[in-house]
Amino acid sequence: MIRALLLSTLLASPALADEIWVTNEMDDTVSVIDVATLEVKATYPTGERPRGVTFNRDFTRLYICASDSDAVQVMDPATGEILHDLPSGEDPEQFVLSPDDRLLYIANEDDAITTVVDTQSRKVIAQIDVGVEPEGMGISPDGRIQVTTSETTNMAHWIDTETHEIVANTLVDSRPRHAEFSPDGTQLWVSAEIGGTVSVFDVATRAEIAKISFAIKGVQPEKLQPVGMRFSPDASKIFVALGPSNHMAVVDAKTFEVDRYILVGRRVWHMTLSPDESKLFTTNGVSGDVTVIDMATLEPIKTIKVGRFPWGAAARAMP
Amino acid sequence: MNALLAAKAIIGRELARFFTQRERFLAALVRPLVWLFVFAAGFRAALGLSIIPPYQTYITYETYIVPGLCGMILLFSGMQSSLSLVNDRESGAMRLLLTAPRPRWFLLGAKLVAGASVGLLQVAAFLVIAYFYGLKFSAGGYLAALPAFVMAGVMLGALGLFLSARIRQLENFAGVMNFVIFPMFFLSTALYPLWKMQESSLLLANLCRANPFTHAVELIRFALYGQLNLPALGWTVLSAIVFFGLALHGYEPARTRSGRRPD
Repeated sequence: MIRALLLSTLLASPALADEIWVTNEMDDTVSVIDVATLEVKATYPTGERPRGVTFNRDFTRLYICASDSDAVQVMDPATGEILHDLPSGEDPEQFVLSPDDRLLYIANEDDAITTVVDTQSRKVIAQIDVGVEPEGMGISPDGRIQVTTSETTNMAHWIDTETHEIVANTLVDSRPRHAEFSPDGTQLWVSAEIGGTVSVFDVATRAEIAKISFAIKGVQPEKLQPVGMRFSPDASKIFVALGPSNHMAVVDAKTFEVDRYILVGRRVWHMTLSPDESKLFTTNGVSGDVTVIDMATLEPIKTIKVGRFPWGAAARAMP
Repeated sequence: MNALLAAKAIIGRELARFFTQRERFLAALVRPLVWLFVFAAGFRAALGLSIIPPYQTYITYETYIVPGLCGMILLFSGMQSSLSLVNDRESGAMRLLLTAPRPRWFLLGAKLVAGASVGLLQVAAFLVIAYFYGLKFSAGGYLAALPAFVMAGVMLGALGLFLSARIRQLENFAGVMNFVIFPMFFLSTALYPLWKMQESSLLLANLCRANPFTHAVELIRFALYGQLNLPALGWTVLSAIVFFGLALHGYEPARTRSGRRPD
């Protein structure tokens, strides 16, 4: 009898829905979107100008690049409380967490440096000189190579994570803003905002194997500015945010052809997948909202108002 | 039984006329397609982006104007129907119709249903082309829109009936174009949302709000997304009743006799 009661209570208790956390650059806040209802369920204050954002592996910590506070903040997502800051160097814009969940590689835009911070000891363990205005941060799935792109030098800097030294520099098109490794680690994709292209490199040889351009009927070519990128769960497609063109491009990862364009909000920056991989959430800076794309149909299904100038997005799986 | 036969004859005549006039069918399709393929491309940037119910996200201008163009087809179809009635009056077929042994409301109602059926066929053809152009709705949306098309078609047909009672000669139909169709179409939410209209003029926005065609378009727009816009339905039904009442009044034997030119 007691067991039956307990079981029914357990079954009746609602499972917590997964969440999408979005940084609002102009509001100094993060908005929390409920993936089930597609509504904002909470907003928490952060440091100044929050941009890059990521969760640790078990979703107990949220790391936020508070660019104008010159800090990476660590938030408890259960309470929305800022627990402490990590030493980040000046003007951290984007970062990437190592696959072992321990090291943060942070791009310091003003200092032309990549700072490596140990999230456990909260100490800077290395600072690597890179090109001017570093921004795009990628790390290979095995954690051996970290790539920083520098917006003004127009380069991808390949950093050995054992030695924390640059092992190669690769020229890319103008203003590279994002670097993304393919899930199998064999390719590196770099978006160039002003160049209007995405370059694909073979990781083994570091040779460029493809360059993708974009064209949307009725949209001026200079508005096609690739920024954030994200692979689909099966790695067959890559989604590219095209900034002020207000569209996402869906690129076939095998043929490097653009399959389609999806209309989203104004000045789309970055994106994240819901933990169940059924929806993609894009941050639309100028329109201050997040567009939800159904991954099965690749159709936009809803746009949700968040704070002013949403920038980064990270997904939190709930137990 | 007799009633069914009479209704069948009226609707059958209208459909037969429609199917034998291929040019009319093409013309009915070309008009909205020109808007869709040509004007929508030009206006895309001018409209700007907006999220208003029933839309949940940003849409292209082409997507926005599809319900309005369906309404446009029904509007022209309703007017075409009134044009044919004027023609019927001139040719004498009208006298034949009105002297049938059925109540006048029934005969005019059957004529209305006949006109709406023709409009529905044109809308269906337009939506098929739009589908292949990439402007798709869910199966449920198409299904839900069916009664909305019928209601809008009946309302606009009733307006046509009312006008046909007033127009004595075919030549006057140009006036209908200028004073009824164009203002109704342009002062509605068919081509631009109400908030956009309000940005330029509150008066024009209020005229849009009062326009029965706006409500017909909004009824269709919401239905295509599987939603019921109750106020739009209410206004469309009310307008249909008023127009049909006026048409019945216009076709009263006393009025039609006095209005007829001496033979």
